[in-house]
Order: sequence, then C-alpha cells, then structure tokens
Amino acid sequence: MTIEWQQYAAPGFYDELIGDATGPRPAARALCEYLASLSDEELRERKTAAELAILVMGITFTVYTEGGSIDRAWPFDIVPRIIPKREWDRAEAGLKQRVQALNLFIDDLYHEQKIIGDGVVPAEVLAQSVNFRPQCIGANPRHGVWAHICGSDLVRDNDGTLYVLEDNLRVPSGVSYMLENRVVTKRVFPELFEHQRIQPVDDYTLRLYDMLASLSPRPGDHPTVVVLTPGIYNSAYFEHSYLAQQMGVELVEGNDLEVGDDDSVYMRTIEGLERVDVIYRRIDDLFMDPEVFHPDSALGVPGLMRAWRKGKVALANAPGAGVADDKVVYAFVPDIIKYYLDQDPLIPNVPSYLCMREQDRKYVLANLDKLVVKPANESGGYGMLVGPHATSADRKRFAKLIQSDPRNYMAQPTLALSTSPTLCDECMEPRHVDLRPFILSGPTTYVTTGGLTRVALRKGSLVVNSSQGGGSKDTWIVDTEGF
Amino acid sequence: MLSRVAQNIYWMARYVERAEDTARIINVNTNLLLDLPRNMTFGWLPLIFIVGAEKLFFEKDPNRLADENAVVKFLIGDSENPGSIISSLASARENLRTTRDTVPQEAWEQINGLYIYARDHVPTRRGRFEFLRRVIHGAQQINGMLAGSMSRTAAYDFVWLGRFLERADMTTRILDVRSANLLSRTDQTATLKQTQEQSGQTQVAAVEREEQNPFESIQWMSVLKSLSAYQMYRQQVRLRVGGPDVLKFLLQDESFPRAVSFCLKQLEICLRELPKNAAPLATIDALKQRLNAAEVPKLADAGLHEFIDQFQVGLGELHDRIAATYFMH
Repeated sequence: MTIEWQQYAAPGFYDELIGDATGPRPAARALCEYLASLSDEELRERKTAAELAILVMGITFTVYTEGGSIDRAWPFDIVPRIIPKREWDRAEAGLKQRVQALNLFIDDLYHEQKIIGDGVVPAEVLAQSVNFRPQCIGANPRHGVWAHICGSDLVRDNDGTLYVLEDNLRVPSGVSYMLENRVVTKRVFPELFEHQRIQPVDDYTLRLYDMLASLSPRPGDHPTVVVLTPGIYNSAYFEHSYLAQQMGVELVEGNDLEVGDDDSVYMRTIEGLERVDVIYRRIDDLFMDPEVFHPDSALGVPGLMRAWRKGKVALANAPGAGVADDKVVYAFVPDIIKYYLDQDPLIPNVPSYLCMREQDRKYVLANLDKLVVKPANESGGYGMLVGPHATSADRKRFAKLIQSDPRNYMAQPTLALSTSPTLCDECMEPRHVDLRPFILSGPTTYVTTGGLTRVALRKGSLVVNSSQGGGSKDTWIVDTEGF
Repeated sequence: MLSRVAQNIYWMARYVERAEDTARIINVNTNLLLDLPRNMTFGWLPLIFIVGAEKLFFEKDPNRLADENAVVKFLIGDSENPGSIISSLASARENLRTTRDTVPQEAWEQINGLYIYARDHVPTRRGRFEFLRRVIHGAQQINGMLAGSMSRTAAYDFVWLGRFLERADMTTRILDVRSANLLSRTDQTATLKQTQEQSGQTQVAAVEREEQNPFESIQWMSVLKSLSAYQMYRQQVRLRVGGPDVLKFLLQDESFPRAVSFCLKQLEICLRELPKNAAPLATIDALKQRLNAAEVPKLADAGLHEFIDQFQVGLGELHDRIAATYFMH
C-alpha cells in the first residue's frame, strides 16, 4: 500500500505538510507527490539507506546509564519538514530582532542596568537569577555581543502561528545534527534536490568560524580558534568533535589549556605553548574557571576569567550570557525588544504566567491541570510539569514548589504542537515537531536556513528531546515563487 | 598539534600493534610446541615472563597452573590483564574515541569493529587460530586505512612512533619466546640422544647429528612465519634457515618491516620531522649502535635473553624521552 495523502489526518493540529481538506500544502506538494509515487518496498529501502548512512557516518548521541555512557545512533525520520521561504524570511527577521535585543539586554545588565532603573524588568528578576554572574560586571566583549551562538526553539500552535518557546543562550546544541540530517537526506532523496529550490544549510560551519575569528583580540588573518569540550562523557561530545573537525580547529579539553603570567591563554602542543585567541566553549559557566567558580571543577582552566576580562582571549558565548536564558526573563522578551529597539516583536512569545506575580500565581495554581509549568533554569525538558498528563500527586508537589519559590516558576498553556508526517512502521502518521534555528551574532547576524526539526517519535507525545525518545528530521526551506 | 592528542594517537597505535603482536606471540608458541617432541618443551609459562606479566598472573594464586588454557586465556581475553588482546583493543579504542576529530572516520570504525569482534568472539582452542588471524588482519587493515587516508602531518608521525616502538619491542619479545623454548645446545642434544636411545637408535648416530639439530631449523621457520617473514627471509638471505641468520635478519635487517633495525629507522625518520627532536634522536642513535654491535652468532648460542632484556630497557628509555619531549610540559 503506497501512501494515500487523502487518508492522512492530524485532527485538531496544524500539520506542517498537509492542509486540512486541500491535501499537501504548496511548498510540500512536490515532496508529497514523490513519496506517493514510491512503492512500500522503495520507501522501506530509503528508510534502511538512511539508517545505514547514520550508522556508517557514526552520527551518535550519548546516553547516560548506570553501566556508563553509551553512544546511540541518532534517531532520524526520512520525511523532511517543509517551511515556505516567504514564511521563513519573516521568522528569520524575527529571530535576528530577538537576539539583537537580548544581547543589548545582557550588556545593559552587566553595565548600567537601565532597563531595571526604568522599571521595565523588575529588580527581583535579576536579584534571584541563578545565571547572573557578578564576576562579569563591567566586562566589554567585542561588538558588545554576549550570546554569539543562540538556539531559539520555535513551535507552531493549531492556528498556524509560530511562537518562540525558549531561547538557549548558554551552550545550545543540535546544529551538527541539522547539518548531518541534510547530508543523509541528500543521499536518500537526491532526485528531489535536483528539481526544487531547497535552500542549502551547509555553510553554517564557515559562518561559525568567521564569526569566532572576528572575536579575536589580536588582529590578523589567522587567529587561533579552539572548541573547548568537557570531554567524551558529555552528551554533546559528538557535536563538539564534529564542529572542530568541520572548522579545522583544535578540539581541546581544560587540561590542554593554561593561562600564562601574561594573562594570555595557551594550549599545550608538541611544539610547546601556543597562544589561543578565541575559545568556543561548550562548558557551562560554573565549570569554566575553578579560580572564580566551582573550585573543584576539573573541566575548566584556572585563570580563564582573568584572561577574558583583560581582553586577552575571547569566549563564545561570553560568561554570564545565560542570564537571559531564563524562563522568567523569557516572559519579558517582548518588553525587552520594545525597550531597546522600539519595535514590536515579529515572532510572538507563548503566553506566559509568572508565578512571582500574585495574580498569575493564583491562576496557575487554580489551573495546574491545563498548564505546563517550567522551572526557570532547567533545560532538556527536565523538571517540568505537563499538567494534562500529570498525576494529582505531581500537581500537588508542584503547587508546593511554586508556593515556596515563586520566582523560579512560570507556566504556559499546553500548546497543540503542530505535526508533520512521519514514517512509522511503513505507514505515514502525524507526529509532533518543534524547530530549533541557530543564530550567530558577531559584527553581523546570521540565521541558519531552517534549523533542527525535532520530532516526538512516540504517538501523541509532545517531548522532542533526544534524551527522552525524540528524533529529528531534515528541514527544508522551499522557494515556491517563480515556479 | 595538541600534546594530549599526540599522546592519544601514539598510544592508540601502540595498542593496535600490541594486540597484533600478542596474537603473533601466541601463534609462534603454538607452532613451536607442535614441532617439538613432548618431553622437550617448557610449555606456556615463558610467555607470561616474556610479556612481563608474571606478577599479575600469579597475583591471586602463587601456585596457579600456567598451562595452555590459562596462559592463552590470560593473553587473549582477560580484561584484568592490561596487555591482553582484548584490553589492548579496548585501550586503542578509548584513545581514539577522545581524538576522533584527528583521525579519519573510517579508521575509528575499523578499530571499533575490531574491538567489538574480539569482545564477542573470545575463542575456544579450536577457534583460536581463526581468531588470531582476524586480529592480525584487523590491525593490518587499520594500518592500511591510516596510511591511505591520513595526511603526512605530525599526527601521522605519532601513529608511526607508537607503532614502530611497540613493534621493535614486541619483535624482540617474539625472539625471546624462541630462546625460552630452546634448550641450550648441549641439553638439547642430550635430550635428543635420550629420545633416540629409547627409540633404539645407536648413540653414534646421535652424536653425528649433533651438528644438525633437526628441530632447530623448523623452530626458526616457525618464528619467521609468525612474523610473516619467511618469504622475505628466503628471498633476501637465500641460505638454509639457521639460527644466527634468522636472528641477524630479524634484528639487523633494514628492509624487512618487522625487523628491529627497520623499526628504529622508521622511528628516526618520524622524529626528524618533529620539532625538538634532539633528545629522542640521541637515544635512537645509542640503540642503533647497540644493535649493530651485537655479535649475533654468539647470541644465538647464549645470552640472547639478556641482550633482549637490555635492549627492551633501552626502548623504554626512548619512550620516556618521547613522552617528556612531546606529551608533558
């Protein structure tokens, strides 16, 4: 039985590829017709080819178990998710606007804190932020940019509106999978790329390198850029290694670096010490420098903060950038955009209730069965309460947590996340998706074409995180105009 | 190049070579024992001494029986023995895992695959030959993959340093197996006489054959074959297979890739490409002199084990110099 798109339905949800009665959406028409022209066996072959490619290319992510950490093959669905270019152009502009405002916000927080003085963001938001680093006050990273690499999660509700769900400004990951997904898809469906205008994604690592190089404190054509990883036991080690490889730079661990008497950073090479100009660090702030943060961190480099503050080395993202990566700060982003840029946000926020506001808190406590409650500073989908799916014991526990620490919680309505056709046991079924584009900020701002589409592979599940049963898809930005 | 990465690559190469050569050591002993009369063998215990693991082997039980089963198991599949084939492959894999960005992807897949094969197929006596053959071929494939797909930069020099230092060391150990299983000439002749008396031959015949111990050339052939050296030896030496010639070939030949002299030459070539090479090069010079000064015909008779012991200490010093120069600051 080949695919019959007429029989595919995602009732109650916005589907990325298939419109309600009308069949495939215009940008997805060519793909859907092509898929329908394949026999079951051909479709199975493509799926196997993709799995084989992933195995052979060694695309993995690490899962922690009691028996140690293991590499797992990256779960991937061969049916791409498609966004029309015209719609994407608007999202891209919105992301640029957002990240630009966030960087101005962070820079302000570490200098005059005008936004607080002007009463736009309450002082207590900052006072209770766990990601605000007093050690960064007064620092002046190049271009005034703190969050050089940002991964913002976009979701679509059932009315078709794209929302920003959260901004990841610390060490966002996933971009390597976005790139590898495209390589795999090109192997599996080469013919589709010949006849359509699918926007390329491949130049990300070039852009990343150029952005990092632009941060170098020493002028010159060949700054020494490195990627700093916590090591192989980190779940994103594959990505760290991949990005270093693609940029042609060294992948270093804390032990490879030292800060010299001149406060410059050096790496230990077979020829002796070599000065490092830019560090793309994939280590959390608190583990970066045992002299300043966790004194027992073996992952970091003693003196690194000193070197950074003196402008001897650039760190991306800058320490302290995570202050804006906070689900309570998130709720203020529309105000932040207005305040710094005097613009209305091009992409809306998901409506949010802040438990620190009395009225909001009352509403949240009364509607725990309808809302998603998130702690301010967790990532990866941990520590959340998904009201409609939670037990009453869980809801009671959360009610207590919220009352004892209101600043740390916010809530949002449970979104009817959009779906996209996904090949499940030889049958096409709707599965929920989100999208993580990556935004690079240096002297200019760059947004990936599309991003990483994550898909909840379990039927009905809304959790897209790879650590919790999520997979991913290639994301196509398709230009239908002029066809 | 990062010191840590250089160190990892160096050890990766050493461990791959160690797995291969341990397989070769087991092969040579198996073949030697098959060729010797039963009452002339020292069995399997010498292998434990040759790989320098006697402390570990007898740690739990000083009276442990060092029979074929126990020794081979210890050398192949014992994960508590860091020099076993399985441990060597696991260490090679771990070293490469942390430097996957430096070495071509296919090489990682090969090492990973070989490790998984070895882990899942620890052999019975009957499957042993096939297992060892697969390990040796797997290691050769890895070498070929690296040779065919890695740029000749410092990273590749460290692969070679690791491989040839380990190989020089292990070739001398394989020669040591032979010396352990070879009774001194007089002892062996005595045993031979005994054997022949028992089988009813006259003493005179035995004395006449003293000059041509029939087992000796067969044993040396086994050594050559375990090192894939038999054909090359025949082409280059063109003499009957005799102790002094084989020893000379495996110690001093500069063109056979498992001969110690060849290994030293490769080490020297690599080191010349690297910065700050004075100290390790001086150590190589000293080792070359010692090797060339060896009076091989005499060693074949007596003192081989002592010579090899000392030479291995010298190789250890070379490692220390390399580590001090490139891995530590």
